Amino acid sequence: MEFLMAIVIGILFMAAVYLILSRSILKIILGTGLLSHGAHLLLLTMGGLGGTSPPVLAEGVADYADPLPQALILTAIVISFGVTAFILVLAYRSYAEHKTDNMNLMRGNDEHD
Amino acid sequence: MNFVLLIFLPIMAALFVPLLFRKLKDIHTGWFVLLVPVSLFIYYIGFIKTTMDGGHALSELQWIPSLGISFVSYIDGLSLLFTLLITGIGALVVLYSIFYLDKRKEKLNHFYVYLLIFMSAMLGVVQSDNVISLYLFWELTSISSFLLIGYWSTRDGSRFGALKSMMITVFGGLMMLGGFVLLGIMGDTFSIRELIASSPTFVGHEFFTLALVLVLLGAFTKSAQFPFHIWLPDAMEAPTPVSAYLHSATMVKAGLYLVARFTPIFAVSEVWIWLVAGIGLLTLFWGSFFAVKQTDLKAILAFSTISQLGLIMSLLGAGALAYHSDDPIFKFATFAAIFHLINHATFKGSLFMIAGIVDHETGTRDIRKLGGLMSIMPVSFTVAFIGSMSMAGLPPFNGFLSKEMFLQSMLAIRHFELFNFATWGILFPVIAWIASVFTLVYSFYFVFKTFAGQQKSEPLPIKPHEAPVGMLVSPVILATLVVGIFFIPNLIGKWLVKPAVMAVQPDLYNHPSEVDVDVAAWHGFDAPELWMTVSLVGVGLVLFLTLARWQKMYDIQPEYLSLNALYDSAMMFGEGGMNKLSRFYMTGLIRTYLIYMFAFIASITAATLFIKEAFVVDMDSFSPINLYGVLTAIVLVVAVCMVLLAKTRLSAIIALGAVGYSVALFFVIFKAPDLALTQLVIETISVALFLLAFKHLPSLNNHGQTKRNKIGNLIIAAGVGITVTLIALSAHSQKLIPSISQYYKDTVATEAGGGNIVNVILVDYRGFDTLFEIAVLSIAGIAVIAMIRLKLSRKEESTDENQ
Repeated sequence: MEFLMAIVIGILFMAAVYLILSRSILKIILGTGLLSHGAHLLLLTMGGLGGTSPPVLAEGVADYADPLPQALILTAIVISFGVTAFILVLAYRSYAEHKTDNMNLMRGNDEHD
Repeated sequence: MNFVLLIFLPIMAALFVPLLFRKLKDIHTGWFVLLVPVSLFIYYIGFIKTTMDGGHALSELQWIPSLGISFVSYIDGLSLLFTLLITGIGALVVLYSIFYLDKRKEKLNHFYVYLLIFMSAMLGVVQSDNVISLYLFWELTSISSFLLIGYWSTRDGSRFGALKSMMITVFGGLMMLGGFVLLGIMGDTFSIRELIASSPTFVGHEFFTLALVLVLLGAFTKSAQFPFHIWLPDAMEAPTPVSAYLHSATMVKAGLYLVARFTPIFAVSEVWIWLVAGIGLLTLFWGSFFAVKQTDLKAILAFSTISQLGLIMSLLGAGALAYHSDDPIFKFATFAAIFHLINHATFKGSLFMIAGIVDHETGTRDIRKLGGLMSIMPVSFTVAFIGSMSMAGLPPFNGFLSKEMFLQSMLAIRHFELFNFATWGILFPVIAWIASVFTLVYSFYFVFKTFAGQQKSEPLPIKPHEAPVGMLVSPVILATLVVGIFFIPNLIGKWLVKPAVMAVQPDLYNHPSEVDVDVAAWHGFDAPELWMTVSLVGVGLVLFLTLARWQKMYDIQPEYLSLNALYDSAMMFGEGGMNKLSRFYMTGLIRTYLIYMFAFIASITAATLFIKEAFVVDMDSFSPINLYGVLTAIVLVVAVCMVLLAKTRLSAIIALGAVGYSVALFFVIFKAPDLALTQLVIETISVALFLLAFKHLPSLNNHGQTKRNKIGNLIIAAGVGITVTLIALSAHSQKLIPSISQYYKDTVATEAGGGNIVNVILVDYRGFDTLFEIAVLSIAGIAVIAMIRLKLSRKEESTDENQ
């Protein structure tokens, strides 16, 4: 299963990077969304996907799923939501200011060097 | 008393300067500053007794002991001589500046802060026994010199000169640091004394000559030796007190100090003798020859300083001959070098101050406009006359004594047999003689063109008058010294010069009194140096009187063939080239930078995996394939493809939602119920948020992305994707250290009393982490509100203001 997940994660990262490198702001935001999904799954896969029961103490269960990556991912999900919300508003704002969402047009000029 | 701290006294005093300047407007800030060099001078005079006995004083302040770096104040004859010059001339210069710089018009708070920083730095250079702290102070002198030259920062010339001096001296300083590090490697210590002690083992070391050349580069750039001398004339843009202090009496002598200080280490080398004596002699000639070309008073003095520094440098080089021959005639040179160093500080300091007075009282420094000031400014003329005659090497002034000794030392070189000196040694007295002729010419040129003759018909910018008494005090004191030293040279020799000579050549003498030099003005009619002086005075006088006829000869050299033009074009080329280069990769497009980052991450990680053979896949550790997992994976990949290929915003957002829900399904499959719940909630909110923003964002557009762009992006994206896959596999397959998960599983009930391990980790074991996460979220929330609320009209307002 880990092998399959590794490939899925690779695809997620590839799609994310491809979108981030595009010129439209909205695509970049979509890309960051995919990137965080990829990162979460990567964390989970690195810890191992074995474990037959959720990490909640219960009688007679010994083989818990690894709780540590889950704790990390839980934090990451919330943070990535914050980031997504922030850059969405940033995109809205910059579009309202500059009247464009073309990244090629949004660059510093010589005065800002 | 821990006198190493005194090095920092001026810098500490500098902290109070702005306050004094602001609070006590009626008193010139210079009066307070004056206390610092005066008290230091008086304190350091007390060390003369120690050094006269050949002793030294030591005081240490630990800085980075683990690296062998500390502040050490090591005061022997040489350090003390320089220390007294720095504080003594410093006091006179500060006194002079009080009258030179107007307390109402000038930014005295800046000026004196820079000057005090310089004073500390310079004291540090000459007292440090540790090469690293010496380097630190050395660069600090460059920086403070930069600030002082650029003091009138609104003038183009000031900024240009400041930058030029900084570029050249800092370049040399860096080279010198390299030399120090090599010395440190050879001697396994950064202490100069210990380096000198172990120097016999350096000879023949592979780094020896390299270290020597690097250290000399530092000395030559600082002391304005050919071809690095070009910064000094441009440094004359500084206020005259600065020129008198930094650019004639102290800072430019730091290079001489360095050469003198490292003589015991390097003097055994032929390269050292040839470089130091040869470059010194060339500089002596070059400076004196071009001094006559100048028309600006300070420029004449700048070239004359270059020339005199070359003279002292060549003497230090000749002094190294004493290491190779027991003949007493070679022991002369070092004494002459130190003696001339003192004399130069006295007469050149006074001449600079006079140039400043002329500038101050007439409004111009252009020698073509000046003339006949003798009767208007009699005191200034007298001082200028004394200084110039001393510079020309005429009696009864101190310059005569050291000039004679210089000629004597140059003549002695003829008798040296080693290192090809038998063939080329004759050049030294010949060039020295020619340079001395020009020295005489420019000295006369300086004093008589300014003060003698008729006033020019063109009126001067200011009606000339004698300077105020306060301004004359310092130059008069220096001129008195010029005359006084002529009559008591052997006393000065005993107090200051001989201890310094012993410090330069510690292996040759055990006590300063063993330095067997007796300075005399008269050596009898059969002394060759007498006839050299007589002949050069004769030739020099003829040349001076016919000056108007041959001065035009200098115009033959075209401007574009000068060293200055070389420097300018090198700077232009460097700046333009660097600009082009950085423009080439700094495109200003975020996409470009992201490409660099992603390409770098992918390639370096993949390379590390490959080189370290870290890519290991342990098939046995994989958990069995799960049918639901496969299905979810297919759904997820399809959704990702939809995001990529979506033509409209809406379909892209929905596809992104699908990806998120698939991830939530994965969490369910992999036994992570908390994650699944959170992911579902967050994903729902995210999609809602996207849809809200949807209204305000433009529709999807390629913005003219070409096929080549796309392929480039795809390659990088694929590279990152593959690398991450490899990492995921190998990270799963090898666990170098056991996970701490087991600890949580074992203790969660006993320590935290909870059942849900993930929740307990978040709120208990890693409670602070969660707290800060909440903080981050709230900051993001505030930023979101701020950006929505902030009015768009700010730009329009500012244009209104412009109207």
